[in-house]
Amino acid sequence: MNGSLLRDLVPVVIGVLVRRGADFAAAEDAVQDALVEAVRTWPAGPPHDPKGWLITVAWRKFLDAARAETSRRNREIRADGEPVPGPGRAGDDTLRLYFLCAHPSLTPASAVALTLRAVGGLTTRQIAQAYLVPEATMAQRISRAKRAVAGVRFDRPGDLATVLRVLYLVFNEGYSGDVDLAAEAIRLTRQLAAMTGDEEVAGLLALMLLHHARRAARTTTDGRLVPLAEQDRGRWDTRLIAEGVDVLQAALARDWLGEYQAQAAIAALHADARTAAETDWVQIVEWYDELVRLTGSPVARLNRAVAVGEADGARAGLAALAGLDPALPRHTAVAAYLHERDGDPVTAARLYAEAAAKAPSLAEREHLTRQAARLNARPRA
Amino acid sequence: MAKYLLLKHYRGGPAPVNEVPMEQWTPQEVSAHMRFMRDWAARLEGTGEFVDGQALSPEGTFVRHDGAGRPPVTDGPFAETKDLIAGWMVIDVETYERALEVAGELSAAPGAGGRPIQEWLEVRPFLADPPTVTE
Repeated sequence: MNGSLLRDLVPVVIGVLVRRGADFAAAEDAVQDALVEAVRTWPAGPPHDPKGWLITVAWRKFLDAARAETSRRNREIRADGEPVPGPGRAGDDTLRLYFLCAHPSLTPASAVALTLRAVGGLTTRQIAQAYLVPEATMAQRISRAKRAVAGVRFDRPGDLATVLRVLYLVFNEGYSGDVDLAAEAIRLTRQLAAMTGDEEVAGLLALMLLHHARRAARTTTDGRLVPLAEQDRGRWDTRLIAEGVDVLQAALARDWLGEYQAQAAIAALHADARTAAETDWVQIVEWYDELVRLTGSPVARLNRAVAVGEADGARAGLAALAGLDPALPRHTAVAAYLHERDGDPVTAARLYAEAAAKAPSLAEREHLTRQAARLNARPRA
Repeated sequence: MAKYLLLKHYRGGPAPVNEVPMEQWTPQEVSAHMRFMRDWAARLEGTGEFVDGQALSPEGTFVRHDGAGRPPVTDGPFAETKDLIAGWMVIDVETYERALEVAGELSAAPGAGGRPIQEWLEVRPFLADPPTVTE
């Protein structure tokens, strides 16, 4: 059984049930039940028409649930014998599901969970494993999210920006458990790009592809981080890079720049350099200028300071850093790096150690501690 | 099987080993320490005794209720590192002796100069559910 083919069908089938009169929450539950049954029975006997099978089984689950609910409340329902949906609307339905699951009334964590389940077709257990929380906790988060969007009209377009933010969050989560969230985010973004033709969706897809291309080179086998400049570029995935660059160029040609395209352009310039020394830092600084102009984000300014340090020397980088809030995440690590490049290993070592204490992940803490140790262990002049 | 919480405090080892902060170790010593920790956890996963574990950020905040309708009172972070909890692991083992054995292994992680850091590890049994059959 092809798991991603099966998952492609999930939003389509939810859309069919909603058009037949089910409300979103009940339709989503019914499809999830059908999905669990598919995972159980398809390996032994896969159906000839997976989509038809899912629609039939999910609709039956919905009717069973609705009848149980009805008899509990002791009243009639009229849900049987709904017409078969017309052709050509599955794409619209799927797009609306993206909007609904990333509705602005949801917290990011809820929107992520609901998107992975209703659009991505992952089971609650898989999502729970990926986010390292108990299954019951994730089930609760999803049902609360569904209650929160219960009153939202399904037939209105939503806010694409919140959808992109949700997909970006999923991508950045990386992977743990048996679900590769980065790959899942790429699948969902690719599907969204095919439906919308929006420049920023393309920009986000390109950004994901270009970063995903470096994944094998980003850590050693024992889990150590490898900085961009030290990565074995032979291990970058050239197929993903080529796709990312194509997607990005097509988007940029339409001349409607946004933050994801600008970030992807920076990633593309790194991908384009055969060695770290050949990196076109001047152009990268220009893209960071665009990014700062578009977002005003202090994180973009911090990254810009690193690029300025490469393009115009460490002194210029430190000057660019000077105006930024030292409480910014990774500010201390950037300062340490620039001070080392500026020929001040003592200050750099102290800052690396300080940055290690504040590091948000174990891998970064180890990396920063090792940087400090490297500088402290150097032969004294 | 019984579950135990192992608390790492980064304290109690012999001064010459324990008082050298990690950034003063050589990069090779840092790597050896990290590898030891990973191998230790992998071994326990292999034997079916590892449950969970996390490293903690060194800085935290104390919080307490300050009366209805008022924001909670916070204090810290404190510079005092004597009682710092650096991380925790949960293991599920057959006997108390096995829990001690496992904690002892972890305390032997190599530090500066490749010598075991011999830090104290606190071993705390979980309070379990009452048994169904009591007689």
